[in-house]
Amino acid sequence: MVFEKRLLRPEPNFKILNKLQRINWLYVGLVCLLAMIGYFAQYSAGGGSSYPFAYPQLIKFCVGFVIMIGVALLPPQILVKLAWPLYGLAILLLLAVLHMGHVGKGAERWIIIGGIVIQPSELMKISLVLLLSSWFYKMNWQQMGNPLRLVIPAILVLIPVMLVLKEPNLGTALIIGFIGATIFFAAGMRWYLILLVLVPVPFLFKIVYNHLHDYQKARITTFLHPENDPLGAGYNIIQSKIALGSGGMWGQGYLHGTQGQLNFLPEKQTDFIFTMIAEEWGFTGGICVIGLLLLIVVGGMIISMRSCNQFGRLLGVGITMNFFFYCAVNLSMVMGAIPVGGVPLPMVSYGGSALLTVMFGFGLLISVQVHRNSIFGEEIAKKKK
Amino acid sequence: MKKKIPYRSRNELSDTNSKRVFTRRAVLILAIQTGILSLLASRLYKLQVIDGDKYIKMAKKNFVSKRLLSPPRGRILDRFGTVLANNKINWRAMIIPEETDNVTDIIERFSDLITLDEHDYARIQSNFDHQRRFVPIMLKDFLSRDEMTVIEVNSPNLPGIVIDVGTKRLYPFEDLLAHIVGYVAPPNDKDIAQNGILALPGMRVGRAGIEQTQEDVLCGKAGEVQVEVDSVGHIITELGHVDSVQGQDVELTIDIDLQKDISSVLADQSASAVVLNCQNGEVMAMVSNPSFNPSLFDSGVSHTQWKTWMEDERSPLTNKAVAGSYPPGSTFKPAVALAALEAGTITETTRINCSGHYDYGGSRFHCWNKYGHGSLDLHGALKFSCDVFFYEVARRTGMEAIYNTCKKLGLGVQLPIELTHVKSGLIPTPKWRETYKHRWNIGDTIVSGIGQGFVHVTPLQLATYTARMATGKNIAPHLIRKRNKILLPQSSPMFWSDLNIQPNFLQKVRSGMFAVVNEYRGSGNKAKMDFNGKLLAGKTGTAQVKSVSRALRESGHFNSANLPWKYRPHALFICFAPYDDPQYAISVIVEHGNAAASVAAPLARDMMIATLKRDPAKNNDKEVNKDINSNNNEDTSKDKKVG
Repeated sequence: MVFEKRLLRPEPNFKILNKLQRINWLYVGLVCLLAMIGYFAQYSAGGGSSYPFAYPQLIKFCVGFVIMIGVALLPPQILVKLAWPLYGLAILLLLAVLHMGHVGKGAERWIIIGGIVIQPSELMKISLVLLLSSWFYKMNWQQMGNPLRLVIPAILVLIPVMLVLKEPNLGTALIIGFIGATIFFAAGMRWYLILLVLVPVPFLFKIVYNHLHDYQKARITTFLHPENDPLGAGYNIIQSKIALGSGGMWGQGYLHGTQGQLNFLPEKQTDFIFTMIAEEWGFTGGICVIGLLLLIVVGGMIISMRSCNQFGRLLGVGITMNFFFYCAVNLSMVMGAIPVGGVPLPMVSYGGSALLTVMFGFGLLISVQVHRNSIFGEEIAKKKK
Repeated sequence: MKKKIPYRSRNELSDTNSKRVFTRRAVLILAIQTGILSLLASRLYKLQVIDGDKYIKMAKKNFVSKRLLSPPRGRILDRFGTVLANNKINWRAMIIPEETDNVTDIIERFSDLITLDEHDYARIQSNFDHQRRFVPIMLKDFLSRDEMTVIEVNSPNLPGIVIDVGTKRLYPFEDLLAHIVGYVAPPNDKDIAQNGILALPGMRVGRAGIEQTQEDVLCGKAGEVQVEVDSVGHIITELGHVDSVQGQDVELTIDIDLQKDISSVLADQSASAVVLNCQNGEVMAMVSNPSFNPSLFDSGVSHTQWKTWMEDERSPLTNKAVAGSYPPGSTFKPAVALAALEAGTITETTRINCSGHYDYGGSRFHCWNKYGHGSLDLHGALKFSCDVFFYEVARRTGMEAIYNTCKKLGLGVQLPIELTHVKSGLIPTPKWRETYKHRWNIGDTIVSGIGQGFVHVTPLQLATYTARMATGKNIAPHLIRKRNKILLPQSSPMFWSDLNIQPNFLQKVRSGMFAVVNEYRGSGNKAKMDFNGKLLAGKTGTAQVKSVSRALRESGHFNSANLPWKYRPHALFICFAPYDDPQYAISVIVEHGNAAASVAAPLARDMMIATLKRDPAKNNDKEVNKDINSNNNEDTSKDKKVG
């Protein structure tokens, strides 16, 4: 058992080279494979050219790769210290984006700092995971049973949710809320409490719907009846379905997808990149991509389950959940299963901000994997017992 | 679980509860994640494999676009095949603003090669202000071959500039036929709502004359081209092609050479003349002076031009032949005579004494000859155009009887001519007067007897009435001879039934009209002619437009020539020839021409001589088979591609 041997190696203070050795390069390889698919898809979206999408995306991936490996080497002790500053920064950026962000499709979402486009909500997801993990690892089973002790972390989740809602970006706000809830769940929140919180959710949805912006309501209505407005708001969904359908079993061939290459497909390099892949490579290509995404998710969950400390476990589950949400929401959206909401397919869609934050997340995940035997924080929880 | 994991022992310090719960819940999460992704995979399978065919069909529809091709408009020809309205190929330089970086810069460069005047710049600017995305804007039309070469050679420096081909409606005879042929103009929203083809670029809709009334025939059928397009409509390849069908040609009864002759006889007077074929009602020539250039309407008429037309008291835009309504004056007398003969209120031997005036109910009605004509029968009354005779005849006959005869003769009724704004004139009756809450006076009947008062007719009605009297046939005037090279039945004299008036009554009136021109002291002697033994019969008419007061008339100083132009009487003349075998009927009206005998009669004679010389009706018998197709020169494009 190779894993067993590695696991039994002496734990603390090992050198960078040692750490690099301990990285699960198979997992890193899966991530790189996904990025490679992204590169080829961007090449096709550019009309069979490295510009304007594929090459810049490759550069960003290289930067992201360095960040990922760099973060992977950081021990949990340092990561815990990073949690609060990162969270604070993300909140500040969210506030900034509210006041001077750029409007895209009716919602303020991004901000340009020093020529770099930043989407604070992306950073928020990662830093929230980090902060909640560093909050909950100090709490033992008994403490988790006390509802009052969950009030502060709940507020920490609600603040960014409210800010993102104000942007207004309903989709991302829901995702942030779900990620927070996942960590609460994984940290051992009691079932009765979970049920107590879940019961009022439908009513909450009703209230939220009443406060939705017109363009968001339009998205929901056109999602339900896309054929009513084939050239307007329903256009994206119909065109995406047509493109997927015309891909068939084996696809129309790389660079030969009619809908994508003729520009019928909207935002094919970002939100609808999966549609383009599935049109050109057919169901075969589409199922391979979904399979790869599933492998990465399963790998992430295994990494978190195998960590010896609660911080690593929660961090791992949060990061994996974040990645999973990106994938699931994007895929459901392009297949017309949920209203379209501007969520990219991680690593594949064009866009630097999402790519860098996702790779930063993978860095954290690999750090959990590298430092899985660290018994960091366990004594605190023990003492408090 | 504890026992299964060997390294568990190293972590005795860990919170086992939390760890156990975490593992359990993480497995649950993973299961949910796997489930959702599997659901998505199955949905993908349904979309791509199960429903694939349906979406492939939709995709085909998506990138195959059907585009309609504008059909070329049918031509308008004269009776000998001369082209009166045609389409001219128009090579245009267009600019697509979305395909250039700097529009002003490109136009600057373009104007270095092809001169653009201020009018062009103004038009381009106004087009820019109303431009829709990707719709090209015309920079210059009617490019010469040299200009096109210059543009092609320099095309690398002129991104966004394309040359395309359109057509423009051309009227070679310009104002000579403007009132008959009419003109075309760009369609408005209402036209498009009625006929979808008109929405195609470059389509024109008839706005007047034959162009308007024959719109359905001239318009043609749209072609269709199937092209592969991208999402913003750029054409990638052409997949299929069905040519458009050109509108049918319309051949008129007009003889353009005769039209020229008639027009030159009228010179620049504000006047109108109609030449009819008595035998079948064909309009051989129809002139309304002054005229206008119909080509000006194709691209839109300027405001100043429109204002000039509107302020001209000689109204150049009106077709006086059908839309001008005039009191017929003495030209109405034959109609009154016929009415009286039909009603039996007079016979050919009835004599009435003219003492120079006619008194009735306290009013005095004057004859044009204040010394009187003495005792006259119908023949003499027509010959001298005695007013008193017809005052009395009208009084005896009554307005209803006159109205009924006039209706048979085509006066005061809407004639079915293929033109727009055709007026029906007016033969008044007591009933008509009462609808305006006025009482009809016998005096009204009396003045109607000499074609004054409320009586109004159009020159076309006068010509029709003359032709009906001449032949005794119930002909109706028409302008269309052939549609799509097929002769219409109305061109045959057999098509027309006889007029419901006794032939000997007609003969009485005809001989009276013959006397007017040919007998000694006849009132229309100036129209006398002898063209190869063919003689002319006619009737003069001087129609007052302003009543003359009794005091002025009795002072003996009255001379209508001293009045301002628009108060002078109209000069009219109607005639037909040859007398013994009527072929042509002519009506002439010179607006405010003052004296019919000296002004209108000689004009009518000249016109009749010109008509008999050309004898355009001869091709009725021996169908001149002039090959119309040989005229199908490069002026007509077979079809027109739509960008």
